[in-house]
Amino acid sequence: MLSLAVRRLLVSIPTLLTIIAASFFLMHAAPGGPFARERQVPPAIEQRLEAHYGLNKPVVEQLLDYVGGLVRGDLGPSMVYQDKNVLDIIAEGAPTSAVLGLSSLILALFVGGGLGAMAALRQNKSQDHLVMAIAVVGVCLPPLVVGPLAQMLFGVNLHILPTTGLYRDEFGLIYLILPVLTLSLPMIAVISRLMRASMIEALRSNAIRTARAKGLPERTVLLRHALPIALLPIVSYAGPALAGVMAGSFVIETVYQLPGIGKQLVRAAGQRDYTLVMGVVLVYSVLIILANLGADLLYRVLDPRTRSA
Amino acid sequence: MSEVLLDDVDAPRAVRGRSLWEDARRRLVRNPSAVVSLYVVAILVLIAIFGPMLWVHPIDAIYPDRVAIGPTFAHLHLLGTDTEGRDLVARTMFGLRISLLVGVAATVVALTIGVAYGAVAGFFGGVVDDVMMRIVDVLYAIPFIFFVIVLMTVINTPDPFVKLMLIFMAIGAVEWLTMARIVRGQTIALRNKEFVEAAQAAGARPMEIVFRHIVPNVLGPVVVFATLNIPVIILSESFLSFIGLGVQEPLTSLGRLISDGAGQMINAPWMLITPAIVMLITLLALNFLGDGLRDALDPKDR
Repeated sequence: MLSLAVRRLLVSIPTLLTIIAASFFLMHAAPGGPFARERQVPPAIEQRLEAHYGLNKPVVEQLLDYVGGLVRGDLGPSMVYQDKNVLDIIAEGAPTSAVLGLSSLILALFVGGGLGAMAALRQNKSQDHLVMAIAVVGVCLPPLVVGPLAQMLFGVNLHILPTTGLYRDEFGLIYLILPVLTLSLPMIAVISRLMRASMIEALRSNAIRTARAKGLPERTVLLRHALPIALLPIVSYAGPALAGVMAGSFVIETVYQLPGIGKQLVRAAGQRDYTLVMGVVLVYSVLIILANLGADLLYRVLDPRTRSA
Repeated sequence: MSEVLLDDVDAPRAVRGRSLWEDARRRLVRNPSAVVSLYVVAILVLIAIFGPMLWVHPIDAIYPDRVAIGPTFAHLHLLGTDTEGRDLVARTMFGLRISLLVGVAATVVALTIGVAYGAVAGFFGGVVDDVMMRIVDVLYAIPFIFFVIVLMTVINTPDPFVKLMLIFMAIGAVEWLTMARIVRGQTIALRNKEFVEAAQAAGARPMEIVFRHIVPNVLGPVVVFATLNIPVIILSESFLSFIGLGVQEPLTSLGRLISDGAGQMINAPWMLITPAIVMLITLLALNFLGDGLRDALDPKDR
């Protein structure tokens, strides 16, 4: 298992380099630059600025410089925020995005998994139909719609929850309630649908028939035998989803005015803050690679069939 | 005795074979939620096409004396007006039109690229498959927002309609990745089937086999994916509108109406609620229709 993890990590290095190169060229293909403002900077100053950040070199050389910096752990300075390193900006936003994303995903896994399993065990009964109806509604309620509506209902009309920010006098979990619920709702919907389908399939499998034939108690059949198989699609979904929510959600962070890195990416891409864009893309790709690796390893733990392969 | 039996069986009737699609259609019309959502989608499409033409207020008429008024029968502002003094019934119907248009057009782009790409990768396998799927993996790892922002700014045009076309292409260019994976998986399952062998024996060229024999056989999952993908794209467009990269004035979309309304939710809540409800109905109907199609075309879950 360890050697597999190491091998996969080594294989992911060229993938990561390709992602970096692709994003780098993509970004430089967009017109404009970090110093193109409404108020025109004198050309001489712009040239000095570009020379300072190495933007006057050919793009390939800039890429090589950037990768060279990465090897030394240097993500470069922000091109729009003077005197700030990309690493610092990401370190400022990452905890917020990570806490928000992680708690939303965990909530979604428990609620969605539970609802889906319940629907599967009561297939085609009223509980099943209810859960699936909730799931479809959940998919149709993106943060963009739920966020403002929830703010209006709980914040403005009922006055029971704060609508924005992370803390007033001190950090409080109460500030996380609405953002976490908003972010997890679509995930709950997807997970409960996945869980229902895979649980139904698992319950029909020969392994479960064997377990029942052996006379195992229903509890053991469900928890020890059906659940691990049924969790497999959830694991493959949760890997990329984890990376997605940890890298920040622009809508949630904007609607609830939270200082995360999702906002930074959109702002940086708009302002052509090249180094900051690359930094956030890098965080996202590393998270994706690690989360997929984690999902694959978990797969092996859950599914006996993949262990020997 | 034997005559009675013969009567029962009827004269040898021409046996008409039922195709898989015919079977699927029968299953679909027996599914009440799918039928209802089919009607809802049809009504929404009709409203989107003809509504803005027939309604008393044009979409861009500004009534300076009736700014941000709530729903009222006076002057037939049934859903109120926005902060510019434009009628919201007209704006919402027009927004629905643009959202559906973006959803369908971007899905067509995504399907065309994804089906061709996935079928070729799956059919040829080996190195071709490895390289093509590695490219998909890399593109997957680039954040959607970043990709779209760059694509949207590469061609900077003031023409709102050209901008709209760009949105189709940008979203379609991202959404084809999932389609390619689905089609590739299906193709791998199909490529050793007898009918492919028969086509090869008959001397069909590889590309001919892919597009004449494989692609028609993967259309089932493709149709399901397309129906479920339209809501996803409508949501992506709303997201782009939310960050200011979506459709530009005087055009509008449900997403843009929602993000405009979110800014006014305290003094003009109807600006948020109406487009949000219309979007919810649209997405629900499309999702139920997609689920119905899935059950009809792939009945193993029932």
